[in-house]
Parts: sequence; C-alpha cells; structure tokens
Amino acid sequence: MEDEMGEPIPQIAHRSVSNEVAITVADLDVTYRTTIEKRPTLKQAIVRLGRGKRSVRTVEALKDVSFQVNRGTVLGIIGHNGAGKSTLMRTVAGIVPPTRGKVEVVGRTSTLLSLGVGFNRQLTGRENVILGGLAAGLTKDELEDRYDRIAEFADIGDFIEMPMRSYSSGMAARLAFSVAVHLDPDILLIDEALSTGDAVFKEKATERMQQLVDNSSTMLLISHALRTIINMSTECIWLDHGKLMMRGNPEEVVDAYTEYMHVKKTSAVLNDM
Amino acid sequence: MSETTETVSRPVQTFLPHRAGLPRLSTYFVTLWRRRHFAIELSRASMRAAHTNTFFGQFWLVISPALNAVVYFLLVNIIRGGNSGPDFFLHLLAGLFAFNFISATMSAGANSVVSGGSLVLNTAFPLLLLPWSALRTAFFRFLPSLIILLAFFSYFAFIGPHPVACDAAGACVELNTVHFSPVQLMAIPAFMLIFVFAAGLAALMATVQVYFRDTTQFLPYATRIWLYLSPVLYYADQLQPWMLKLEYFNPLFPMLGIWTDTLARGIMPPMSWWLGSAAWAFGTLLIGTFYFISREREFAVRI
Ligand SMILES: Nc1ncnc2c1ncn2[C@@H]1O[C@H](COP(=O)(O)OP(=O)(O)O)[C@@H](O)[C@H]1O
Ligand SMILES: [Mg+2]
Repeated sequence: MEDEMGEPIPQIAHRSVSNEVAITVADLDVTYRTTIEKRPTLKQAIVRLGRGKRSVRTVEALKDVSFQVNRGTVLGIIGHNGAGKSTLMRTVAGIVPPTRGKVEVVGRTSTLLSLGVGFNRQLTGRENVILGGLAAGLTKDELEDRYDRIAEFADIGDFIEMPMRSYSSGMAARLAFSVAVHLDPDILLIDEALSTGDAVFKEKATERMQQLVDNSSTMLLISHALRTIINMSTECIWLDHGKLMMRGNPEEVVDAYTEYMHVKKTSAVLNDM
Repeated sequence: MSETTETVSRPVQTFLPHRAGLPRLSTYFVTLWRRRHFAIELSRASMRAAHTNTFFGQFWLVISPALNAVVYFLLVNIIRGGNSGPDFFLHLLAGLFAFNFISATMSAGANSVVSGGSLVLNTAFPLLLLPWSALRTAFFRFLPSLIILLAFFSYFAFIGPHPVACDAAGACVELNTVHFSPVQLMAIPAFMLIFVFAAGLAALMATVQVYFRDTTQFLPYATRIWLYLSPVLYYADQLQPWMLKLEYFNPLFPMLGIWTDTLARGIMPPMSWWLGSAAWAFGTLLIGTFYFISREREFAVRI
C-alpha cells in the first residue's frame, strides 16, 4: 500500500493471537505531581515562598483504565495530545508507577519512546548501545552476542565509534530502533518513533517488526498517523483525557475517534495527524 | 504455531502503587546488584570520554591537586609567618586530596541523574546506579593523588630537609618528624568511612539537583566554605574551644581528622573521632539512599 507521496506505508501481516495474557492493566490511575516550572530552581522556590504561592500542580493523566492484552497482539493506542498515551506506555514499561490500580506484565519489555534517543551525547554510539542494554537488564555476554547485529541493522557505518553528538537525528533514531528490536523483547513499546528515518530504513524496520510479531511478541504502538495504526495493529484502544473510551477493531476505533473529533476522514488526516 | 514455542519461562512483573513512596526494597536491591555492570561501564566510558585514561589525563589528575596544595601551603605559610614544616605540608596534602574526592563526588553525583537524559526517561532500572557510577569515577580520579602523597612522604622521611634543634651549648640534633609507621594503616578504615559518607552525599545531591536545578551553581561556594571550616588548612587541635564545639556539626571534622592524623602524622586519633565519623558516614548513607529511592519514581517525570 502506498500513500499519495509514493512512500510505502508499513503494514504487518498477523498470525493468530495467542490466548495467553501478556499485559493486564487493572483500575489504573496515574497522577503526576509536578512543579509549574520545567526546570525548578532554588531561586524560584524562595521567590515563590515570599509571595506565598503554591508550587505544585497535579495532573490526572490516567483515570480508571482497565484492559488486557494477549500475547502476539499489536495494540494501537490513539487519542488527542495529552490524552495519556505516553503515560500508559511508561506505566507498562515500569518507569512510572501507578498511583492506584495494578499493571502486570509477562516477559521482558523494551521501549522505543519518543523522548529522545542516545542518552549521553559525549559517549560513542557503541557505548550508548552497551549502556542502554546493561540498564535494561541484559548481561555483558548477551550484549556482546548482539552488538554486531545491532550495529549492522542500524547501518550507520563508522559513526558507531564516534560520540553521539556528531549524529544526525536520523542516525540516532536508527540506532535506537535497532537496539530496541534486538533486545528480543517479549513486549515492544513504540511511542511515535516510526516516523523517523528514510523509506529504506522504514521498510527494514517494518520487516523486523514483522519478525517480532511472527515470534508472537506483543507490541504497543502509538502513532499520530492513523493509517499506520490501521495497517499495523490487530486491536486498538482510544484514550480521551485519561479515560479509556473504546477498544476493538482498529478500523472501527479509528472511525469512532475521527468522528468524535469532528474531523473529516480525509487522507491527509489519516496519514499525518 | 506460537503454542509450540511456549517452553520459555517469562518473568512476570507486577507494578503496584509505591507504599510510603518506596518500592519493594528487596527487589530494588537485587536488581541494583544485578545491573551493577551498568554503573561500572558508565564510569569507564565517562573516564574514556574525558581522556582520564590517557597519559596526560593521569598526569593532570596528579599535578593539578598537587599544585593546589602548594598554593595553599604558601598561603598558610605567609599568613602564619612561615613556621610550618614538612609535617604540616603532608597533612595539607592528605586533607586536600580527600576533600577533593568528597567535593568531586558531590558535584558529579548532583549531575548524575539530570544528565541521565533519555535513559532515565525510557528505561526502568534502579537509578541509584547513576550516583554510584559518579562515585566510582571520583574514586578512580582520586587514586593517582595517593602517588603524589607517597612521593612527598618518602622524600621528607628519607631525604628532605629536616628541622634541627640546638641546645644552649650549641650541640645540634636533626629532628625528623616524618617517618613511616604502622599507624598509617589505620588510614584505610578511615578512608572507607569517607567513601561511605561520599556515597550518601552523591545520592543526596543527585536528588536535590532534580528539584533545584541551580544546586550545582551554589555548590562551589558551599564546598569552599566547607573546606575552610574543616581541619585541612590547620590542625584540628589548633582550634579554639568554642570553635571545637561547633565542629560537632561538621562531619568532615572527625572524618578528615582521622584520615590526616593517621596517614600524614602517623598518630592515632581519639576514639570519639572514629565513632563520630562512623555515625556521620552511615547516617548520611542511609538518609541519602532512602531519600533518593523515595523520590526516584518522580525523576522520570521531572527531568
Ligand atoms: N512529566 C510530566 N509532568 C506533569 N504532567 C505530565 C507529565 N507528562 C505528561 N503530563 C501530563 O499528563 C497528561 C498526559 O500526557 P501524555 O501521557 O504525554 O499524553 P499523550 O502521550 O497522549 O500526548 C497531559 O495532560 C500532560 O500534560
Ligand atoms: Mg505522547
């Protein structure tokens, strides 16, 4: 399938989904308590204290969300900006703990989140790969085993030995994708991370994701491109202001969502929202 | 098809609300231990990136604190009218090196979490590994300075100018106050306490920095004042009695005291200093670590 620009749209063929449960989310609330400033400082705190202002703000990012996902499912997650999609994913990854409720995850998760790739730009691509893997719980031997495959898949040549500050954003994204898919995750979490990279890499990425699906890995997928959600997922959930609105067949959920948002279902909306 | 490949056992992870802000500590520390190689590799990679492992990198690590010590020595001698000898110089050197280790751990620890970037945002792992990695780096940068200390000590013990004492009759004897002694071995447990203290400080500073991003800007001033209040530029036993009372609140007073007294002067410090040091060290470790862990879940949404 192709869009008007002639770019292939990733598509995944699905085998039967297992009846084993991979992810259970039960009565989940997540509330953030944060300061108003992005970079809080002592200076601001003192100034505010003098004025007697409150500094903490709470945001209920998820409210009473419950669902289960079987192994082998590709679950699309859609919703407006700030609906809580990323929060849901980070809770499943164990990065953000629930405020109430419970999340149970069977197997190892690997994350490919939109919040930037390559954590230390002074270090080389190789060092970032190794450190990312060690932090995620792989052993040094396991990483030794996989390193060549990761480097080859990312296909960034000698840059792998250079500090990541010299990388283009495309190169960094490819390396991050390569790491995420080569950790052999039981559950792969992808947050808006498929739009980076050129057509050739996209195709390669889709192929690799197909492999993971064939091996009955579970995938959670957030994308603004609703067409990607329809093409790639077996099921879809729709979040609105932290509430689970609907769950079901991707096409139907996307339909209901676009209708609800009072947006016409034009091709432009579908491909790039 | 998938039914046939289900012999692999998969770990089940359950995420529940934290009780009293703390995760389950047994799980936390088991995971921490399993992933220790992350902290080690991060420290190694950072040292590589800073060229700490090259010849000139090492050279600089040794030379810069030594020059620092010389400057302070001259300063103190000018103020005091030039009556400090080699034994004081060694005390200054040892004290300054240990102090530098502590202040380096503090500033690197403060930066450890906020510079964790997308790793902190995207990966679930015990973040305590970040300040610990900073601690390891600071320790390996401290080690070369011991060589300087050994070199100066040997020089004063075996070769250097020795003060001379003459009696009324004009007969003089050479006095050498610097010599190796078994008491110096007690510097090892003394440093261990300093290390434990630094580990607590690293975690504490890492947490504070997340909430107050200007901490690292204030830190240099705070450490400088702390240095002047600690027995580095003077001997602990030179303090006025009223000052000594205040030093109950300075952890570095007993801690640097046991370190420099054993290592540089070869004298055994009083038991109260040992106990005070141990209390400060383990107290700080406990408070820093638990403060860090109780706030850790917020880091991923605050940086
Ligand atoms: N670190 C944070 N601190 C405070 N509020 C946050 C933070 N991250 C997200 N939020 C808030 O939580 C809500 C859900 O955000 P998010 O999960 O990122 O939504 P989405 O990914 O669907 O756009 C939003 O209102 C957002 O402002
Ligand atoms: Mg998002």
